[in-house]
Amino acid sequence: MSGLVVRDLKVVFDGFVAVGGVDLDVPAGDVRFVIGPNGAGKTTLIDAITGLARASGSVTFDGRELLGRKVHKIARLGVGRTFQNSTVFEELTVLQNLDIAAGWNRGPLTLLRRRSSVPPEVQRALETIRLTAVRDQPAGTLPHGQKQWLEIGMLLVQDAKLFLLDEPVAGMSQEERDATGELLGELSKTHTVVVIEHDMDFLRRFARTVTVMHAGGILSEGTVAEVQADPRVQEVYLGHAVQAQEA
Amino acid sequence: MTTLQDPPIAPSAAGRSARRRFGPGTGSRAAAGFAVAAVVLFAVAPVVLGDFRLGLLAKYLCLAIVAVGIGLAWGRGGMLTLGQGVFFGLGGYAMAMHLKLADAGPGQLPDFMQLYGQLDALPWWWRPFTSPAFALAATVLLPMLVALPLGLLIFRRRVRGAYFAILSQALCAAFAIFLIGQQGTTGGTNGLTDIQGFFGYDLNDPINRRMIYFIVAAVLLAVLGVAWQLMRSRYGELLVAVRDGEERVRFLGYDPANVKLVAYVVAAGMAGLAGALFVPAVGIISPAMIGVVPSIEFVIGVAVGGRASLVGPALGAIAVAWARTALSERLPSAWTYFEGLLFILPVVFLPGGLASLTVFLRRRSGKKASA
Repeated sequence: MSGLVVRDLKVVFDGFVAVGGVDLDVPAGDVRFVIGPNGAGKTTLIDAITGLARASGSVTFDGRELLGRKVHKIARLGVGRTFQNSTVFEELTVLQNLDIAAGWNRGPLTLLRRRSSVPPEVQRALETIRLTAVRDQPAGTLPHGQKQWLEIGMLLVQDAKLFLLDEPVAGMSQEERDATGELLGELSKTHTVVVIEHDMDFLRRFARTVTVMHAGGILSEGTVAEVQADPRVQEVYLGHAVQAQEA
Repeated sequence: MTTLQDPPIAPSAAGRSARRRFGPGTGSRAAAGFAVAAVVLFAVAPVVLGDFRLGLLAKYLCLAIVAVGIGLAWGRGGMLTLGQGVFFGLGGYAMAMHLKLADAGPGQLPDFMQLYGQLDALPWWWRPFTSPAFALAATVLLPMLVALPLGLLIFRRRVRGAYFAILSQALCAAFAIFLIGQQGTTGGTNGLTDIQGFFGYDLNDPINRRMIYFIVAAVLLAVLGVAWQLMRSRYGELLVAVRDGEERVRFLGYDPANVKLVAYVVAAGMAGLAGALFVPAVGIISPAMIGVVPSIEFVIGVAVGGRASLVGPALGAIAVAWARTALSERLPSAWTYFEGLLFILPVVFLPGGLASLTVFLRRRSGKKASA
């Protein structure tokens, strides 16, 4: 079975149930948005899938079990992720960042030599993420939006099949959001994409399917229209909004 | 929930640009740098300096070789190795054991064993060091073979930062205490002293002492060459990535433990080589030269010179060692205070070390001009 399959996933931190028995199916080529109030367990879900948080249950991607493997072994199976706060290597250039992301399977001899040319996959990624002009700049000098793009580029050259993006458009301008949304659509032709997002406008425009999480569980799932029509979702979000106004 | 640790060590803009500027440059620039260094070490210094000062310089260059390794492990890899004395000592003792055996002559015990050990025969672990080939190989390979499982254990268990520094220092203290305890077979506190010859050459002869200087200088250049290649290679870029975002590198499919291990083991080999050359250059190796204090002094030189640059650590080590000699000749009691200052000042005001000084000054004058 291809795609991401999560069964009865539980993550417990010191007795606090962050994710409690989640089932999730993301078929290959989907663009799945995961939404939910703060503390719903969205990021923890991604942490569990990528091996950062210890979890019980089962997570398979393209038929292979991920739970119990180390972080770097999971990454080698084609699972890539980004972080809420972009975590590019700030002192290295854009090119160096991408080159490192492309290289986990390089042999010792290649590693001990200097990079003599730009690898073709890195060149393609530079064009896709529109950073060719700044490729020799240290990544730390890029504006926030471009850093997020660089992260996506790193997943591309890493040859990830499953993209797990944690709030990729937070802090981006409208223009950057549109471009990112188009990129996600483009990516879904060859990749499976899971996006954690708070931006409802972005979600309406670019999500193919939506999963709503609440208090460590799945509340609702379906197309954007189906989810928006779900009274339980309205209750959680309205209740949340009311609380937020009172606070 | 997502916890990414290890922010960049030197977040200041000055430190960053210094690293770019003084990092390993292009091939032709590096070749020019090596040529200048070779001329200074092989042509200028032997002419300008007398035998005594040249001997001191040989000792400083040994410390510079250790510093190049620390620059790699700490400056590029983020591993603050406060225990390089262990590897320096392993290399030094391996060399000194062979030289003591050669001094004693075939079938004879080294002088101190007859004195303190009351031994009838050579201990089994001394025997292989009778062979010059074994001893020479051991000076580099022994430290690396110790560093390999040690590093594997430390990095797999994700020990880093201050914990790594403390661990490496404790190890160093333990090693020195162990040596002191084995008076009969290691010379104890005295160490292995009074070394007379170096592979058949009499070390009391000034010509031969000059030869030692040239060997040390050549090895320093070779070690710099190795570090240069490592820093400019893809591995060097990866090492910096691991230093600045160890967790992030994991998500790219790398095991950071292996990346750090390479730099750690190479640094250990360099320290061992330096220890081995230190013995003929100075004529003695003792626990006091490889314990906690000298290990910290290695790091001070690197911090002063600029830990992340290629030549910074070597120049810093030479400068600090020279300042130590000059100052303790005149004001013996003041050196310790000065040494403390030397460590604090660059850490607080100049994280990129002396290597970043020009960038720092240019920035300041630029500010004044624009104000």
